[in-house]
Amino acid sequence: MFKKEYLGRGLVTLCGIFIIALTLAISIFLLIKGTDVFRLFHHSVGEFMFSDKWAPMDVPGQGGGKIGARIYILGSLMTCGLALLIALPFSISAAIFISEISPKTGSRFLQPAIEIFVGIPSVVYGWVGLTILVPFINEKLHAPMGGYSVLAAGIVLAIMIFPTITTVSADALRAVPDSYRQAAYGLGSTRWQLIYKVSVPAAKSGILTGVILGLSRAFGETLAVAMVIGKTRVFPKGILYPTNNLTAAIAADMGNTANGGEYNAALWAMALLLLIISMACIVIIHLIARSGKNS
Amino acid sequence: MNEKSNRYARVRMTDRFMTGFFYGIGGFFILLLIVLAAYIIIKGILSIYPGVFSFTRNGIGNQFFNTVYLVLLSLLISVPIGVAAGAYLAEYSKNGRATEMITISIEALSSLPSIVVGLFGYLVFILLTGMRWNLFAGALAVTILSLPTITTTTRDALVALPSHFRSGSIGLGATRWQTLWHVLLPACIPRIVTGIILVAGRGFGEAAALLYTAGQSTFINWANWDLSSPTCPLNPFRPGETLSLHIWVMRTEGSMVSHSVETANVSSMVLMIMVLGFSLLARYLSRKLDEKNKGASK
Repeated sequence: MFKKEYLGRGLVTLCGIFIIALTLAISIFLLIKGTDVFRLFHHSVGEFMFSDKWAPMDVPGQGGGKIGARIYILGSLMTCGLALLIALPFSISAAIFISEISPKTGSRFLQPAIEIFVGIPSVVYGWVGLTILVPFINEKLHAPMGGYSVLAAGIVLAIMIFPTITTVSADALRAVPDSYRQAAYGLGSTRWQLIYKVSVPAAKSGILTGVILGLSRAFGETLAVAMVIGKTRVFPKGILYPTNNLTAAIAADMGNTANGGEYNAALWAMALLLLIISMACIVIIHLIARSGKNS
Repeated sequence: MNEKSNRYARVRMTDRFMTGFFYGIGGFFILLLIVLAAYIIIKGILSIYPGVFSFTRNGIGNQFFNTVYLVLLSLLISVPIGVAAGAYLAEYSKNGRATEMITISIEALSSLPSIVVGLFGYLVFILLTGMRWNLFAGALAVTILSLPTITTTTRDALVALPSHFRSGSIGLGATRWQTLWHVLLPACIPRIVTGIILVAGRGFGEAAALLYTAGQSTFINWANWDLSSPTCPLNPFRPGETLSLHIWVMRTEGSMVSHSVETANVSSMVLMIMVLGFSLLARYLSRKLDEKNKGASK
């Protein structure tokens, strides 16, 4: 009996538990390493979040520098906000096309295309941004700092998050009961009236979920953004100016700083912030789902 | 009356206009993909220089090999664990605390930014073990990224099986594990394989998680087959820069290297072709599967 049932059951149960353990391990390790800068080097969370003074010491065990990461945080917020602004209208329109206008063409051409968009590696997006967008912004829009800009990062991110928002929104629109559509048509509405008065409002919470999933992807995106943002630690005067963000700073500096130093610890704190943002997004999605169920 | 018919005309006009608009957006994305893919591939072909595909310092052969090797290593770990965890969720777990915890964990894992996973890998597999950058650490980081997909694919495939698979097998006197192992999992293989192909495709393109795990350099001596040597191609504990990392290195720090831009162009082309190939393969498999299922239900 042991071999016939308990061994196998034990093994698969163990693997299930392993997934929980892995998630906990990631959270705990990042929590420990990410709070070093506050515990060992006695900086305040307020300084980290709201100060622009960034001059951490890069010697193991030596503190006393400045770790204000506001520019990085704002850089992340700005690029993600811009990406969302660009991607949202396109994504929702594409979702409407797939679910309401032409499900057949949608599932045969548009959906496979979207799947391929998801599959394209982020470095390749960064490479495209670097070879097309940055020169274009430099020459045609006369960017003051050579094309590396918030705009370039926003566009690259927009292309990367639109598949997420589109897929989730299309699913939400498809889940709207057909009786809604029949009722709307029965009352004599046109398809467009049906879409913007019935389908989209009914799928609102699902679309919001897609937006948050997209945002969470945008926040964590690293190399594509790092390649086009310019990596200069100044507050941008406009979207044509370069800046820096959390992920690009981590990717660029983590390997060059001494382990156990203040600089390194500050970068780990940024990583912890990314983890917290991604966890917060999940919580928000669950809250949306719950409120959707209640109403 | 006239006013009313005017309104009808206007509403209908808007409807037609919006329909055209949505067709335009749909077409725009398909066009964008075609243009993007064509640009990457053509630019890559135009940048080919002699020796670019060679397994030397100037070529991208070594990086290509590292990419495939790393993804294979990671699949060796992630497939058994992911399939088992999915099987647990579908067949054994009751709707209790544990299931809920696993589901939340999967969700959390799948939404983690890959740089965070890479840093966790850096901390645990490099800093704590005291090793240098190595392929195996990279493979483990990619494993963390692909576990959620494999687990959910397996779970969904098992849940979608008709219940007479289970009742038939149990009725013949098999235990639940025997049912799972001999009946249910084999029936799910095509679906699971589709999931694995998608995961592998993502693994080929992964870079942020490998920056500080697999390392940003590679030295391979193709005449050296001593597994413990750091230049042996098959030694998993050597630094192993992958193709996607190579693009990053070439376009950021590698500007000193001759041909760095061309190398990045060609690497992007290779990655793009691999991604296209893998998603077409996955699509073909799942379509075949659908046809088979339709045939079965007739």
